[in-house]
Amino acid sequence: MTAALELIGVGVDLAGRPVLDGVSLAVEPGEMVGVLGANGSGKTTLLRAALGLLRLKRGAARLAGRPVGALSEGERASLAAYLPQERRIGWNMPAWRVAALGAVNRPPATARRVALDALARVGMAALAERGVRDMSGGERGRVLIARLIATGAPLLIADEPAAGLDPDAQFLVMGLLRERAAAGAAILVTLHDLTLAARSCDRLVVLAAGRRVGLGSPAEVLNPEVLSAAFGLEGELIVTRAGPVIAVRRETAPYRPPPPTPFAGPNEA
Amino acid sequence: MRLLALLALALVLLIALGVALGETPLSARQYAQAFADPASPAGEVLWSLRAPRAVAAALVGAALGLAGAAMQGLLRNPLADPGVLGVSAVSALGAATVIAGGLALAIPGAIELAALAGALLAGGLVVFLAARFRQPETLILFGVALSAMGGALTALVFNLSPSLMATNEVLNWLLGSVANRDWGDIAAALIPAVPGAALTAYAGRGLRMLALGEETAALSGLPMARLRAAAVAGAALLTGAAVAMAGVIGFVGLAAPHLVRGAVSDDPARTLAPSALIGAILLVAADLVARLIPTDEELKLGVVTALFGAPLFALVAWRASRSWRA
Repeated sequence: MTAALELIGVGVDLAGRPVLDGVSLAVEPGEMVGVLGANGSGKTTLLRAALGLLRLKRGAARLAGRPVGALSEGERASLAAYLPQERRIGWNMPAWRVAALGAVNRPPATARRVALDALARVGMAALAERGVRDMSGGERGRVLIARLIATGAPLLIADEPAAGLDPDAQFLVMGLLRERAAAGAAILVTLHDLTLAARSCDRLVVLAAGRRVGLGSPAEVLNPEVLSAAFGLEGELIVTRAGPVIAVRRETAPYRPPPPTPFAGPNEA
Repeated sequence: MRLLALLALALVLLIALGVALGETPLSARQYAQAFADPASPAGEVLWSLRAPRAVAAALVGAALGLAGAAMQGLLRNPLADPGVLGVSAVSALGAATVIAGGLALAIPGAIELAALAGALLAGGLVVFLAARFRQPETLILFGVALSAMGGALTALVFNLSPSLMATNEVLNWLLGSVANRDWGDIAAALIPAVPGAALTAYAGRGLRMLALGEETAALSGLPMARLRAAAVAGAALLTGAAVAMAGVIGFVGLAAPHLVRGAVSDDPARTLAPSALIGAILLVAADLVARLIPTDEELKLGVVTALFGAPLFALVAWRASRSWRA
């Protein structure tokens, strides 16, 4: 199967400073991958590199097996949709009209129907006619997620989709993205909430200073070594009845792997 | 649609009023005569003086209103308009240079072409700056600078102008007026204005998408580069047409979109057409005011719009600053 998104040894410099350095990642249809990392670790740059929004210094970015730079605007939009971190909306348009921008190439009546449906899924049906600038930041965020879903693109890339949302809305939105994944879409999101990431993502990629320091299932990746390298945090993943929880505190001393246990022979038992 | 029909009706009524009213009072019999025989003296007043003047005001107002709506949508900035961003000033500079240089008489259409060239040049510069500096405030500051530069160079033209006559002509022209325009002038202004209007209409869906920011628009699948170029070229052609026809008329482009925003739920695409109509209404009304207020020297149209427009600009800036902070 062709990966929906493929990054191969991607390096990006911004303002002469390396921001991404040799990062590789593949996101397959049907899976949801989370990008974790401290502020400035290169998460957003990774998403933008994947979408062809900036020039790669090294490596390659492919959407559905094709180099992203070789795609026309229309082809790229049919392969991937993006929710940037910036939630500002230029004008006070009603929510449904903003969500309908996800279906901009469809007939107006269809676009409106798709938009209203997407708004209902993010719990915003009642506010469909309200101006997006008369909303709270979280409500506006949900409207923008509705627009993302309304695109129906096979790859959804969202920069902090859970930012500014109340706890229930966070689960709602991540659940919606999971639903899209179950329907065969590939999902790539950046997240700051480690517990939310552990619960909603199939795989996690962890960045530290532009390098990949972890890649794998949440249980594999969220170990003390990676938490220390990426965030300078002490912590561990604990499985509770509600799901996995990442318990962390600020590191008191840099993490060192435990000394290897000396071989214990059967005689010593 | 109902909004457009209402505005169009209001515009037609206002133009009719502009034809009916004037400095020279006419009797009922003279009106009848004007309709029966357009070549009669009363007919001359109505159809060769007042009618083209009212239509010219409507055309200039529509061009500026549409240019303002397109620029505000393109730049996601409620303070954008051809005047604020310096497009009018540079356009005026082009025309002033031609008038003072004595080329206006030598080459027919030189003023119009120079005004258009100035508008296109400034429009291109604004887009270049808008791509580099994303904050709305920054762009307005560049607009102020561009405006000041245009004004300074126009002052230089005054300074170096050899004849008092030419200086006077430039000054009169800069104040903005649609007095003594004939049907030929209107036809000439339509040449850039019609394609300009078509380009902005084409750009409409791009303007709506731009409300979500550059990156979302770039990935929306719309041909954004083409739509953006169409919006700029359209706005510049419209501004050039307006400046060529009537000189510098401020604030209509700024005000018109704000007067219709509420009725079209702030949608930048649907703001375009009603902005053109309301711009036309504003300017026909302003010209009526200029004509009918009894002063020794007739008020210039640009002076009237600036007197009403400048306070409005302050009000819009006040309201816009709140949303920038949000």
